[in-house]
Amino acid sequence: MTKVVGARLKRKEDPKLITGNGYFSDDIKLPGMLHAAILRSPHAHAMIKSINVEEALKAPGVVAIYTGKDLEGKIGRVPSSWLVPGCDLKEAPQYPLAIDRVRYVGDGVALVIAEGRYAVRDAMYLIEVEYETLSPAVGQKQSMQDHAPLVHDDIEKNIAFHWKAGAVPEEVCENAEVSIQQSFYVQRVAPSPIETRAAIGHYNPGSGELTLWCTSQNPHIHRMVLSEVLSISEAKLRVIAPDMGGGFGGKIGVYPDEALVGYAARDLGRPVKWIEERNEHFTASNYGRDEVIDVELFGKKDGTLTAVRVKNTHNVGAYLSTMGPGVSTIDFGLMVTGSYKIPYASCETFGVYTNTTPTDAYRGAGKPEATYQIERAIDLFAKKIGMDPLEIRRKNFVQKEEFPFTNAQGLLYDSGDYEKPLAKALEMLDYNQFREEQKELRKQGKLIGIGFSTYVELCGFGPSKVAGAIGFQGGVWENATVRVHPSGKVTVYSGTSPHGQGHATTFGQVVAEKLGIPMDDIELVFGDTKAISMGWGTYGSRSVAVGGTAVSIATDRVIEKGKKIAAHELEVSVEELTFENGIFSVNGAPGFERTFQEIAKSANMAWNLPEGLEPSLEAQSFFDPENFVYPFGTHIAVVEVDKETGQIEIKRYIAVDDVGRVINPLTAEGQVHGGIAQGIGQALWEGAVYNEDGQLLTGTFMDYVLPKARFFPKIETAFTETLSPVNPLGAKGIGETGTTASTPAIMNAVMDALEPYGIKDIEMPLTPEKVWRAISESEGK
Amino acid sequence: MAIENVNVKVKINGKERCADVEPRTLLVHYIRDDLGLTGTHIGCDTSQCGACSVMVDGEVVKSCTVLAVQADGSEITTVEGLGQVDNLHPIQQSFWEKHGLQCGYCTPGVMIAAVGLLEQNPNPSDEEIREGLEGVICRCTGYQFIVEAVKHAAQLMLESEVQLVGEERSS
Repeated sequence: MTKVVGARLKRKEDPKLITGNGYFSDDIKLPGMLHAAILRSPHAHAMIKSINVEEALKAPGVVAIYTGKDLEGKIGRVPSSWLVPGCDLKEAPQYPLAIDRVRYVGDGVALVIAEGRYAVRDAMYLIEVEYETLSPAVGQKQSMQDHAPLVHDDIEKNIAFHWKAGAVPEEVCENAEVSIQQSFYVQRVAPSPIETRAAIGHYNPGSGELTLWCTSQNPHIHRMVLSEVLSISEAKLRVIAPDMGGGFGGKIGVYPDEALVGYAARDLGRPVKWIEERNEHFTASNYGRDEVIDVELFGKKDGTLTAVRVKNTHNVGAYLSTMGPGVSTIDFGLMVTGSYKIPYASCETFGVYTNTTPTDAYRGAGKPEATYQIERAIDLFAKKIGMDPLEIRRKNFVQKEEFPFTNAQGLLYDSGDYEKPLAKALEMLDYNQFREEQKELRKQGKLIGIGFSTYVELCGFGPSKVAGAIGFQGGVWENATVRVHPSGKVTVYSGTSPHGQGHATTFGQVVAEKLGIPMDDIELVFGDTKAISMGWGTYGSRSVAVGGTAVSIATDRVIEKGKKIAAHELEVSVEELTFENGIFSVNGAPGFERTFQEIAKSANMAWNLPEGLEPSLEAQSFFDPENFVYPFGTHIAVVEVDKETGQIEIKRYIAVDDVGRVINPLTAEGQVHGGIAQGIGQALWEGAVYNEDGQLLTGTFMDYVLPKARFFPKIETAFTETLSPVNPLGAKGIGETGTTASTPAIMNAVMDALEPYGIKDIEMPLTPEKVWRAISESEGK
Repeated sequence: MAIENVNVKVKINGKERCADVEPRTLLVHYIRDDLGLTGTHIGCDTSQCGACSVMVDGEVVKSCTVLAVQADGSEITTVEGLGQVDNLHPIQQSFWEKHGLQCGYCTPGVMIAAVGLLEQNPNPSDEEIREGLEGVICRCTGYQFIVEAVKHAAQLMLESEVQLVGEERSS
């Protein structure tokens, strides 16, 4: 039969989306539904002296207004879900609405409920809040200083956590022939799904069941956390993630807002809908990155790297977000050696509270920053010793035969062949010829540059005992049920919760290939805690490697049971049967067979089952992976810098990724393109900016640059396939490779272009103004 | 003092529809909430992202930045009017075929913008497509497969026109 896994199939999820039949949060309309709006703090740091809701309550259509004081004792605090151990983590309590003090622009102050989308906003603006402003803590390095304003009075120097891993012996540094030292700022960026966040609550006073539709990448985590926050049994709280307009990490978090909506729906006995506005999103939804990274890289004159010492100062914002503490510690600090065999490494991370919106996981979460610092540092090292950036990479690569490889921080890289994607990328670009051209063009005053990023990243977290050991407040296994209906049609239930990735297609391909049935016979159900018993959602490039594996194992179990029934009907032993292309057939006896559909019917009717076998054809798997998976690859960027304007043009972008087994090349390429666009966005255009008062200056898409179509050239992609031994699919992860690899590739390319000016680094994003200034200043020297 | 509602009448996707709305109602809310056509989405409130793009009297318009009353009496096409699952518009077919969407949230607006582009320029180059989609933002795809989809749609549309001409000639 034709292979389904590996086939370039168009997606099952598209017909509804291209005809306007998606079902997104704001499409939900319930009888008697009210609208909610959240009044948010305009100040970064202030005491709430009084809140006057009198006028607002008189506004037409207003049903209720709640303040933080009204909710005291009625809703619990919203906790962080990654309590990294051994780092003196100080979690400041975050209540759904500020009680007496606001701590960032966007901090919730009052919840307004009214009849109608417009009425609720009219009323909200009638609330009078008297504030007494306080000095804000802005910027992580300043906020750690002795006399910096305190975000939380009992947390000294605003230090939320101080984490260390690894050690570099002093003599290794002292004896190093060469060392470089550089500070990088990986700026704050907004994940920016085009659909903002939303929540709709519906309470049934008869059954006591609260249903909450919300934009969640992990509805079961939302259920688990919110059942505590709202003091409701998990069995009575149903969380549904409807169709979602992207997430990118921004919809992992359990936010106060969802708790508020659930509370109000229950309190008022009427459905309540809250749709975040974009400006609100910029102040109230978690950001990514915002890490100052100081790196020292040590080695020999021949290019051998001997140690890397890293310090990360992470702006966590005003509160610890759901995954926030894990990003700059576990995700970042254990990956600082990248794809290189560097014997010693250490990482020290400070998490610092500031009066800004919290930061959390954003596509890649820690790995893009880890990759950024090592890929940038290795280029600086190479420049210093006059070595080619490719040669130094190859010299220090973990070699193919060294896998599984334990890196200096103790992580076990599952499999790899770092030369393979690099070689393929070089088939696509003649490097020597490029260098010749570059020389020629430089003579003509043209600045072109090439940048490499030979990355490795960690994803598909597992096993759960490791998650527990690193303080993750959840498991990292995944759940799948494969249910075969009497007709032989199949419904698959998955605990992962896609929002654009295309699991209905890729998981469908895994099932279709194994069962030998058409893709059209398979439907995927996800995102509903009432339909799926448990699961951990979609983030960290875990879905195929962990969730897909659970689907694969459950499908195998269906086949196993089907074989027993077929063997019984055909009066042979199970060993005498083969299942292939959807047919159970007796070996060496043509014609003695049962189709999958016949067995589905037999199993469900249960008229004639083997002794002791239970009816139905359905199997479940709870798969807990034995290790992480480590995708890798080579990205190459070629850029031209206009020295008169500082404008950067991307001439070519080549991405060769090795993500293990590729189930669908079409959707895989889509993931790569999207990730690269976001990673380049970080390098060149995006950045959230606060002024010294803690005011956000980039609160709309007029100020915050989201890349557009004309910003990019055609991206050239290819895959190599080095299977992972960690799961039977051999799959790694793909969602975050693009953001991980592309930021340093672009930066390295621009720095290569600017080499004639001796420019070592420019802070991201590389706006034309910054580049132009850097060139002008170096010319002035 | 309450302001009286206004009756806004439009021909949308070929059908006459009307609803009483507050004068300040945005066209996108009128389409979504009052007419129940939820395929058109809202992404940014400031007319950057174009998720709310619809055709009004043949022009691509960001419906979050127009009042419903301004559209009174006009002809509107939304994604629902492009084509249905069993009868897809070439742009829909191409977005599906070329994987021009991931989460699908911006897609209706992007497809409408693309149709507008192809009406002005039936055979655009990659560069012209990228320039032509200036008014829309997609966060998922990195645009590459959107560009391919629009190119493919242009081809399909040109081919079907050629066929149409051919039929006319033969008759």
